This record gives sequence, C-alpha cells and structure tokens, in this order.
Amino acid sequence: MIEIDGVHKSFGALHVLRGVSLKVAPGEVAVVLGPSGSGKSTLLRTVNHLEKVDAGTVAVDGELVGYRRSGDVLHELPEREILRQRTKIGFVFQNFNLFPHLTVRENVAEAPLSAQRRPKAEVAETVTRLLLRVGLADKADAYPGTLSGGQRQRVAIARALALDPKVVLFDEPTSALDPELVGEVLDVMRDLARSGTTMVVVTHEIGFAREAADTVVFLDEGRVVEHGPPGQVIDHPQHERTRAFISRVL
Amino acid sequence: MTTTAPAVRHATGPKVAPTRHPFRWLAAAGVLLLLAMAANSLVTNPAWEWEVVGQYLFAPSVLRAVLLTLELTALGTVFGFLLGGVLAVMRLSPNPLLSSVAWGYVWVFRAVPLILQLLFWYNLALLYPRLSFGIPFGPSFFSVGTMDLIGPVTAAALGLALHQGAYAAEIVRGGLLAVDPGQREAAAALGIPRVRRFFRIILPQAMRSIVPNAGNEIIGLVKGTSVVYIMALPELFYQVQVIYMRNGRVVALLLVAALWYLALTTVMSVVQHYIERHYGRGR
Repeated sequence: MIEIDGVHKSFGALHVLRGVSLKVAPGEVAVVLGPSGSGKSTLLRTVNHLEKVDAGTVAVDGELVGYRRSGDVLHELPEREILRQRTKIGFVFQNFNLFPHLTVRENVAEAPLSAQRRPKAEVAETVTRLLLRVGLADKADAYPGTLSGGQRQRVAIARALALDPKVVLFDEPTSALDPELVGEVLDVMRDLARSGTTMVVVTHEIGFAREAADTVVFLDEGRVVEHGPPGQVIDHPQHERTRAFISRVL
Repeated sequence: MTTTAPAVRHATGPKVAPTRHPFRWLAAAGVLLLLAMAANSLVTNPAWEWEVVGQYLFAPSVLRAVLLTLELTALGTVFGFLLGGVLAVMRLSPNPLLSSVAWGYVWVFRAVPLILQLLFWYNLALLYPRLSFGIPFGPSFFSVGTMDLIGPVTAAALGLALHQGAYAAEIVRGGLLAVDPGQREAAAALGIPRVRRFFRIILPQAMRSIVPNAGNEIIGLVKGTSVVYIMALPELFYQVQVIYMRNGRVVALLLVAALWYLALTTVMSVVQHYIERHYGRGR
C-alpha cells in the first residue's frame, strides 16, 4: 500500500533522511519509533508530500506521490493532482490542527465537501457515523476550543477518516496530551487497527506499538536501523542503538 | 459544573479587614471636580452658542455633507481594503517580483502625505490630459479627457483608497501571518483546494486580528476625509467652514462637525464590536 524507496531529505546542511526504504502492506499497522531528531516526522510528511523529497520515491496505492515519472526524470505534479492524492492519505497531527472557527461537524465535513465534492446528505451521514465511532456524537455542534485535548484529537481522527483514505498517518498523536487523556485516543486507534485500516504511526507509546503494531520500525539518524514484528524489535532488539533506545523509554 | 458552591462562612479565626484606599478617593474627587467645572462651562459660557449648534446640526446642507463624508469613507474603505488584500497576498507570494512590487507600493504610498496625494490625483489632468484604453504598447480603442473621467469626488475617493490600500496591505498581511501555520498545513493535507483554503480556513481566522486594526483605520479614514476640503468638495469639514465664513459662528459650527464625527465613529465602534464577536466565535 505504501512503498518508500531510498528517500533522502535535507533541511539546509541538516541531512534528515539518509536513504529510507519501507513497505507497508494493505491493512498493516506500522509503528515508527526513534529518538527525537531521527527523522520520523519528516518521513511521515514525505508520504503525503507535505515535505518534498530530495531523492527517492514514495508511492501510495501503486501511485507515485507528488511526481510523474518520464524516463529517468521526476516532474512535480500540478497542485490539483497532489491535492487529489492527499485525499487518499489521512493525516493526524501532533497538535490536532482543528479549524477553531468551525464546529466539530464542519471540521469533519469540510474536506469531503470541498476536496471530494461529495453530496451534502451523504457527507452528513458520514460525519454522524464517524463521530459516533470516535465517541463524540454529542459534540457535533461544539467548537474545538470547548473540547479537551483527547476529544480534539479524536475529532482530528474522524476528520482524517472522513475522506475514506487508503492509509492514515499519525504524527505523534498523543504527545501533546495530558497523560490521563492518552488512553482515549489510543483506544480509537486500536479500534481502527483492528478494523483493517492501513496505518503508519509515529509515537513514543511503546505499549501501543507492542499490542497494535504488525511491524515496528526503528529509525535513527535518518536510517532504518531495524524493523520487524514488535516481539522482535521491542523485546529482542538486534542492534545496540535500538536496545539503548528501548531501555530508555520503557 | 452546573452546581455552584454555597458561600462558606468561616465562623472562627481572625477577620480579614478590607484594605483602605484614601488616595483613590482623593483622586476621584479631584477628577469629579474637574468634570463638573467643564460641564458648567459648557452650559454657562454663551460663546459655545448651543442654539446655533442646534440650528445647524440637522441643516440640509450639513446632512448632505455628512452623506458625502460617509460616501468617501465607504469608497476609501472598500477599495482600500480590496487593494490592501491583493497587495498583502502579493507581498506574501514566493514570487520575488510580486512581493517587491507590493513592498514598493506600500513604501511609496505610506511615505507621501495624504494631502499631497489628494492634490496629485486632483491635478492628474496636468500630467495626462487624456486617458486612452487599448492594448499595452499597441493600438488604442478609445480615449477620454482625464477631467471628464476623474471628477473631484472620484479623485478624492481614488486618493483615499490608494493611500488606505498601503496601510490595509500591512494590516491584512499581519492578520494572515498571525494564523497558525499548522492550519494551512492541515488544510493542505486534507486536499482542500487553494482558493477554498484561503477563504474558508485562513481568512476567517486572520480576521480576528485584522478587524481591530481595520476598525482603527476606518475610524481614522472618517476623519481623514476632512483633508479632502482642500479639493473644495462639500464634505462635512469643508461645509462647516463655508457656513462659518458666511456667518462668523466659528465655534458653534466646528462643534457641529465635531458632534457628527463623534456620532459616526460611535456607530462604527458598535458595528466593530459585533464583527469582532462574529469572528471570535469558537474561542
């Protein structure tokens, strides 16, 4: 479903991604672990072309993201095409980034209406169903400012799902939350994982990785150090750096 | 959250005495005395000529002048902020030419005094006696005399709008920059089209910081229209001058103008309050 191949990305002199390759199968849940500054978030942001790559390719659902290939040259797609591709890729931000001037219902309905041009009645039904799913049916007409952090992030997840995406990317979805609110967001994500949604999750929640991930990827200094099932990477890491990181966060 | 705690009476322990503020009372008494003196002089000094004020406050010529002042303000505001919006977007554009042109515009039009700009547009015919419309550097389809196209009201509105545009550009730009970059990113990540992103997501949030500054500017513009008197346009300030030149009741007629400016800006402040409330929803 996602194929990342030899991706490089620099910010000025800082070489953040140094040739990352990764495959995520349909229905697979991949959790990306790694120390801060290891390039986790940047990697996630290249998948929906929020960050342009310097080299390498990213493909989602068999389609090159952000570029068109002709021979050996990649041409950036026109904005309209990039936006269309993004509707297949849900993205959940660390800071939620809900639209504060729109109600919960309007937040969730916005992209299906304006980006996918789906009929109003159908979108209204989708919104109701999704808010029920994340446990916020009673908050449809509330503004994000009146919700707790955990509730906001659940709305953000509903908003990402409203596009009916092929994959959902989570960028440290619980890092901005008070500790007692982390659980409710992880519950929703666990439910998604069980229902067969293809997910890539950047997180520090080792517990979530252990029980919900099919694959755990350990990233350090812009490279994949090791990857495999959680029982292997978390419980029996092969590399010294993975071992050091796991022992620090557990 | 729905129940309020009953007031607790602490029966035991020492009582907390309220702090006394004698100087506050003294200062308040002083201010009150000054206010009373001012009010007394307003009422008792016959030189204010309140009966003359009453006579001219709603005189047809004054009302017409108020209307022109409002018209100039409206034109200056609408076209000034339309221009300012375009300039702000140009200034924030990654295209260096667009951004420099917008910067240059603001640079020039903020630097030159409004009164000078107004005289300049008023005398545009000296510079270009005829304006022609056609293909740039190509044939012209038709042309008109500058004086016929740009009369004094148009010149005044043009001058006010072009001047206001420079200030509006900076206000709008400030508002757009004040929106959390995460909002743009989230909208882009959701695949929302660019124009929709601007008008549905970014601009309404930018309005929260644009409106207070814009309110300031528009209230400034109401009074800025008084500068137009040098073009002999019968707006409020010019009109009262015409009247007091004739009858010599200088103070009374200046008071008439002052009361109208006060009334207009009061109405605008009230409108601004409601607009701010609208864009503050959800906070």
